[in-house]
Amino acid sequence: MSKSVQKRIFFVPVAAFLLLVVFLWRGLYLDPTELPSVLIDKPMPEFSMTTVENQPVGNVDLPEQVFLLNVWGSYCLPCLVEHPTLMRLSEEGEFPVVGVNYKDRRQLALDWLERNGNPFAYSILDEEGRFGIDLGVYGAPETFLVDGEGVIRYRHVGVLDESVWRDVFAPAIDELRDPDPRP
Amino acid sequence: MIPEFGQFSLILAFCLSVLLGTLPLAGAATGNGLWMGLGRPLSAGLFVFLGICLFILGHAFVTDDFSVRVVAAQSNSLLPMQYKMTALWGGHEGSFLLWTFMLSGWIFAVSVFSGSMPREFVARVLGVLGLLCASYILFMLATSNPFDRMAPVPPADGADLNTALQDIGFILHPPTLYMGYVGYSVVFAFAIAALLSGRLDAAWARWSRPWANVSWAILTIGIALGSWWAYYELGWGGWWAWDPVENPPLITWLFGAALIHSLAVTEKRRVFKSWTVLLAILAFAGSLLGTFITRSGLLTSVHAFASDPSRGVFILGILGISVGGALLLYAIRAPLIKSEFGFGSLSREVFLLANNIILVVAAASVFLGTLFPMFYQALTGDLISIGPPYFNLIFVPLMIVLVMLLGIGPISRWKKTSGGYLRRQLGKLALASLALGVALPLIVLLEISLPATIAVALALWIVLTISRDLLVKTANKPGRWQGLRSLTYGYYGMQGAHFGVAIMLVGVALTSWFSTETSVLLRPGETVALGSYEFRFDGSERIAGPNYQADRATVLVTRDGAPVADLYPELRVYLASGTPSTEMAIDAGLMRDLFVTPGEIRDNGAWTMTVYVKPFVRWIWLGAIIMSLGATLAATDRRYRKLAGRRRESVVADITGGQGSLQPAPGVSP
Repeated sequence: MSKSVQKRIFFVPVAAFLLLVVFLWRGLYLDPTELPSVLIDKPMPEFSMTTVENQPVGNVDLPEQVFLLNVWGSYCLPCLVEHPTLMRLSEEGEFPVVGVNYKDRRQLALDWLERNGNPFAYSILDEEGRFGIDLGVYGAPETFLVDGEGVIRYRHVGVLDESVWRDVFAPAIDELRDPDPRP
Repeated sequence: MIPEFGQFSLILAFCLSVLLGTLPLAGAATGNGLWMGLGRPLSAGLFVFLGICLFILGHAFVTDDFSVRVVAAQSNSLLPMQYKMTALWGGHEGSFLLWTFMLSGWIFAVSVFSGSMPREFVARVLGVLGLLCASYILFMLATSNPFDRMAPVPPADGADLNTALQDIGFILHPPTLYMGYVGYSVVFAFAIAALLSGRLDAAWARWSRPWANVSWAILTIGIALGSWWAYYELGWGGWWAWDPVENPPLITWLFGAALIHSLAVTEKRRVFKSWTVLLAILAFAGSLLGTFITRSGLLTSVHAFASDPSRGVFILGILGISVGGALLLYAIRAPLIKSEFGFGSLSREVFLLANNIILVVAAASVFLGTLFPMFYQALTGDLISIGPPYFNLIFVPLMIVLVMLLGIGPISRWKKTSGGYLRRQLGKLALASLALGVALPLIVLLEISLPATIAVALALWIVLTISRDLLVKTANKPGRWQGLRSLTYGYYGMQGAHFGVAIMLVGVALTSWFSTETSVLLRPGETVALGSYEFRFDGSERIAGPNYQADRATVLVTRDGAPVADLYPELRVYLASGTPSTEMAIDAGLMRDLFVTPGEIRDNGAWTMTVYVKPFVRWIWLGAIIMSLGATLAATDRRYRKLAGRRRESVVADITGGQGSLQPAPGVSP
């Protein structure tokens, strides 16, 4: 091994480290929670449950138009952040919002809706989180965009506030209505 | 108004850390004694002001000041007092403040316990640490201010501490882990100071060793606490999950273990110098990488704080500049370092080199396995996950080889050991541990089991070689007792830590292979048998805790009709958040743990539950405690304490400036 090669070896750690930093930096902008959910472009999973008001509810009760499926809980602070947006959508009435009350207790959920207002057409009661598992839910809040055929088109993890609505959901809905011509 | 004082104090701490990060370094470069001398008072000031920050934030938690955002997010008026205080580190901002405070504590400790070192060296060490501390505080001020207020109207009550965190494990695990993690900043600063001064000699290694040992000892306890907590809190009976956030501490721990051994060679034999410096940098990089992974949302994990790329970019910047800069400095300076002594192919140096290679390969494979999903996603856009099989496949064989070498290393000699000597010393011991390894499990279990044989044989191998070495080391003394007394703390520390490895090895192997469990639906009065134990469900009752309500089941465990334990698993609902939580019940024992995880309540008072018998699981943490004590004992060795007495000597050596002029005083080094 010549002297210069020997010297260059000492630069290997710093070079390898720089490569790692590049990857880590790239990695920051990849969202591991943005599961290209196995459910995307799949129909809603079969379910037969009750609402928080104790009414039976199943797949046939889902709106036959584009709607939002919002996962919430009375324990979830961020849910309060997105609450005004959901209330607005519900008042405008263009897109119904179906709630999934996730890993919560019925009475706490009812109290929460009473206290804060109810933006949901109805909320599916999922005390055990079983339905959440079927949906691949990561935690509350989470919002799915479902089309008129009951097919899940998009999944958003985290708060759905006005800017997310404007930048993510509105374009996604436009695309649903006017699908681009690719197969 | 009080939180604003905290904010003010944080800004003052930032100013002090900037001064600490510049003046002493500049002083060391220009020979300005006044500037160098500022290192110690600035360190003390930094420690005080960060302490004030921590105290004020703690005060906000204790007094339920929900106008402070982190208090509103992580605490609640119903929370018991011990959790109100510790909710401080239940989120990103507070825990980062704790982390930074601990760094300032380490800095202060260095400034106090560095009396024996040349002032240029101390100035550089404190300067590097000051820069690190400044970057952490800047990070807090810029992206994660713990003193942020909820404007304009504070909530009436807080959102509560995550119920999984309301536990003694949460009180103990994060501070201990941070303490160990942050200790590697000190070892790193020593390495950088040595590189800056170009004096990478035995003295540097000797100064670093106690710090490397203590950091490692604390980190060991921190990791063990996390493992113990996961074991009883998460309720699936596992003690290690290869979770992406568990792995960085392990990576740091492995590098740290390698570093302890490599420092020994560098101090005693003045070889492996550049390698040792690299390990010090890597151990520190591991600790920062852990912070980065936990706080950036890079990988999904049970430990992750909220995802926030802006924080990630900032920490990545700190990581990139500190580690990248260090490695660049290393690349420039390391080629100038020369090892001073050669060694033979069977010397202790070679065994320690093998130890280092194995530990570093293990650390590298854990690192790759942890980050591979991210590399994969960056390159292909797809998500994959790497499970425990990958880690076990790599880790188990490496550790087996490591333990085999562990028996030989301490008995071998520096420079040159003859093969015949090693055979004479160890041949019979190897046969004996193998024979007992086959026989003992056979007697106890009445069956031949390969994993048990390997584990027992390896553990015996460690114990027998330690005993043998003690006999050899004391053979030439007039009496055994005198012989034992003549051995150093450093020696006892080493052998103690090695004994801890044996204990942990037995725990890991036997728990992994012989644990049994079964999931059942039990009506009151019904019984399930598991191994030689019977679990009888005696019904449940409703009870009220301080901030929760619970259904508590009574499970009576018997063995051959004799009662062994009463277990009371609970299903809780926390009042503030309405979050349900399961609390398992454990009967702990040296030879086995019995535990019950409640599932759910069905009709007629029937419960679903999972019952476990886990043999020797306590040995895992017992081994960790022994390792940690060993490392601590070694750090208190006489020759580190005597350093203070040699202060003048080292200053003289510093002026003459020659490499290696700081040889250990005669009779101090064994």
